[in-house]
Amino acid sequence: MKNKNPVWKFFVSVKLTVFLLLSLAATSVIGTIIPQNADPEIYFHKFGPFLFRLFEVLDIFDMYHAWWFQLLLFLLITNIVVCSIDRLSATWKLVFPKKIMFNLARFEKLKNKEAFSIDGLPGELEDKYTSFAAKKFGRQQVDKTGDGFVLFAEKWRWARFGVYIVHASVILLIIGAIIGSLFGFEGFANIPEGESVDSVRLRNSGRVQPLGFTIHNEDFDISFYDTGAPKEFRSSLTILENGQPMLKKDIIVNDPLRYNGISIYMASYGEMAPEKQAEHDFSMEIIHLNFTIKSSGMVYKRKTEIGKPVNIPEGNGTFTLTAFNPDAEFRGQNIGAALAGTLSPVQGEPMEVLLPLHFPNFDKMRRGAVVISVADQQKETFSPMKKEDVRYYSGLEVNRDPGVWVVYSGFIIMIVGCFITFFMSHQQICIEVMRKGNKSDVRIMGIANKNKIGMRRQVEKFAKHLANMR
Amino acid sequence: MNSSQLLSFVTFMYGFAATFYIAAWIFKQTMPAKLARWVAIAGILMNAAGFILRWKESYDIGYGHAPLSNMYESLVFFALTIGIIYLFIEIRYKATVVGAFATPIAFLAMAYASLSPNVSDKIQPLIPALKSNWLIAHVVTCFFGYAAFAVAFGISIMYLIKSWAPDKESGILARLPGLNDLDELTHQMIMFGFLFLSIGIITGAVWANSAWGSYWSWDPKETWSLITWFVYATLLHARTMRGWYGKRIAYLSIIGFGAVLFTYFGVNYLPGLHSYGAV
Ligand code: HEM
Repeated sequence: MKNKNPVWKFFVSVKLTVFLLLSLAATSVIGTIIPQNADPEIYFHKFGPFLFRLFEVLDIFDMYHAWWFQLLLFLLITNIVVCSIDRLSATWKLVFPKKIMFNLARFEKLKNKEAFSIDGLPGELEDKYTSFAAKKFGRQQVDKTGDGFVLFAEKWRWARFGVYIVHASVILLIIGAIIGSLFGFEGFANIPEGESVDSVRLRNSGRVQPLGFTIHNEDFDISFYDTGAPKEFRSSLTILENGQPMLKKDIIVNDPLRYNGISIYMASYGEMAPEKQAEHDFSMEIIHLNFTIKSSGMVYKRKTEIGKPVNIPEGNGTFTLTAFNPDAEFRGQNIGAALAGTLSPVQGEPMEVLLPLHFPNFDKMRRGAVVISVADQQKETFSPMKKEDVRYYSGLEVNRDPGVWVVYSGFIIMIVGCFITFFMSHQQICIEVMRKGNKSDVRIMGIANKNKIGMRRQVEKFAKHLANMR
Repeated sequence: MNSSQLLSFVTFMYGFAATFYIAAWIFKQTMPAKLARWVAIAGILMNAAGFILRWKESYDIGYGHAPLSNMYESLVFFALTIGIIYLFIEIRYKATVVGAFATPIAFLAMAYASLSPNVSDKIQPLIPALKSNWLIAHVVTCFFGYAAFAVAFGISIMYLIKSWAPDKESGILARLPGLNDLDELTHQMIMFGFLFLSIGIITGAVWANSAWGSYWSWDPKETWSLITWFVYATLLHARTMRGWYGKRIAYLSIIGFGAVLFTYFGVNYLPGLHSYGAV
């Protein structure tokens, strides 16, 4: 198809292809040097105001989704499509001609020919040679000449379509990616053990995406090698619809769960913020407190629980434990696990008192009429982080990508297409046999549209074979 | 003998093979060439044996995985694939001189694996993300691609050396294959490499999709493999359509191998994580 349209001419050029491929390669480097999609503050700090503005205008911080990068991809696709349309009709005519014509003159122009002389008349050789060519090549044609015959044979004519297959696969990949970004989503959900979600948060927009079903996380397990490296993360999930369990599956890192076109991946995990469970634990716990009365020097031991007021001996008011904090802070210093309480003296304002488990004399600092401390400080009793008590959440990646099958077909087609393009070519051979007295002169010539050296070698091999076929 | 010892021995075998090949080329001796071939073959067999032994050892320890999971193991496999591809060329094209340019690369890979303090030869257990059959398909295909590009690189260097004086009748340049053959061989290697790199990227994408739910996330390693792919696609088009040939193709092939090396080693020095560690 000859087309004079300048736009067409622009897109049909392989110069453009080379330019686009190299531009894509060169610009892709940027995104590997500047980490993508980080916090703007980090960028600002690193590059200063001017470069930051410049990079932001150019979308460098999310460059693979920037308009100019997508434009390069779009130009490449247009290039491929236009190029393929432009050449397809010519290739089509070559692969499906009305009648396959062999042209002896084309073969005679070749530099590399093999020739030998053999005992036997052309008529005796014809059967053997045709069956040999049929075995090696398939389609063939024998033309009688005045004193002998010419045998043409060919194979893999259709291999000329190989490149179109490769190019079609690139187009499929891009179409699949577009389908995925238009109709799919990428979300995540952190589900604590024993809890459920029916929606996830989207990665790029932060919007909430309803799923149409409920994911219940029964249990999360992690196991380790003896080196301490993690061995397996496993979440036991149940899918529920209208409260009815529909599907149960344990997912691990390389084995996701799929339901209604949505895939659920084991992505990360974490421990639940400890306060919640500590409160829970300590509301059950009996705690012994020592009250040292300054004026008398007496020490009294009293039993209590969080939330239950105790009377302080010798008429010093009441004291109520209010909370347990495994990571308490005092003037900006971490002082570890501590109980907090409210001391209500008989006169004056109630005050907050902190009782760190690791510092029994801490409350002396307050210089009050009574010093309070936790009695018999056995750390075990107070350690809230007993291994079996740790509650985990499963970090799940929840995606839908309806384009993935288009992409995967693109993958397969690309491999097949590359194989055909690189390792199969349209090969034609011509064997000419002419009578010379009571012997025959044989010439063998071969043409291939690719890998000419391979063809030359093949012709040499055939010549040896045919010469010994008596 | 454990696999690490056997494999450090392989380093020396490749070193000797390379030395003999180069000596045979420079001094026009047939003895070293024959010796080189046998030493190279022995080295490749030992390399394969070391690979298999290491596989077995990992089962003995109880980890049980193919030795393709860290830098050391990938270097060992890289050397092995270079050896196999070189042997194929040697048998098919009878081009012994190529050995002088291919075995040194296998030697360097093994030397780096055995001697660099940054590369540990300890057998490590597989972290959850790597526990996938795609790991084997991905690494094997990638490395056949890389190895073919490495050999193409060696042949491109030969091309450039030869092109100083292509018509010389004697001397070391004359003992290199003709320019046309070198050019054709480069092209063959690059087509082979391109096919395997494509399959490598594809299996990697399928694996990423089964592990993290996304077949492409523009992580630096992925992106660099794509950059490499673009460079070689450029080369193929320049050659098929624009008739680029000879020196220009040799330069592109060298640039392409630079991209391969960056994908393999350089990416580790870039900011950010490769997603292996992300989980
Ligand atoms: C990522 C994009 C592309 C890839 C991976 C790709 C791949 C290939 C491959 C592997 C070949 C065979 C080369 C050989 O025989 O050595 C080829 C040939 C070709 N490509 Fe592309 N290509 C791409 C883009 C394009 C574009 C945009 C055009 C448009 C001009 C184009 C036009 C051609 C042509 C005309 C041929 C030669 C066909 C023939 O031999 O008859 N390609 N391509």
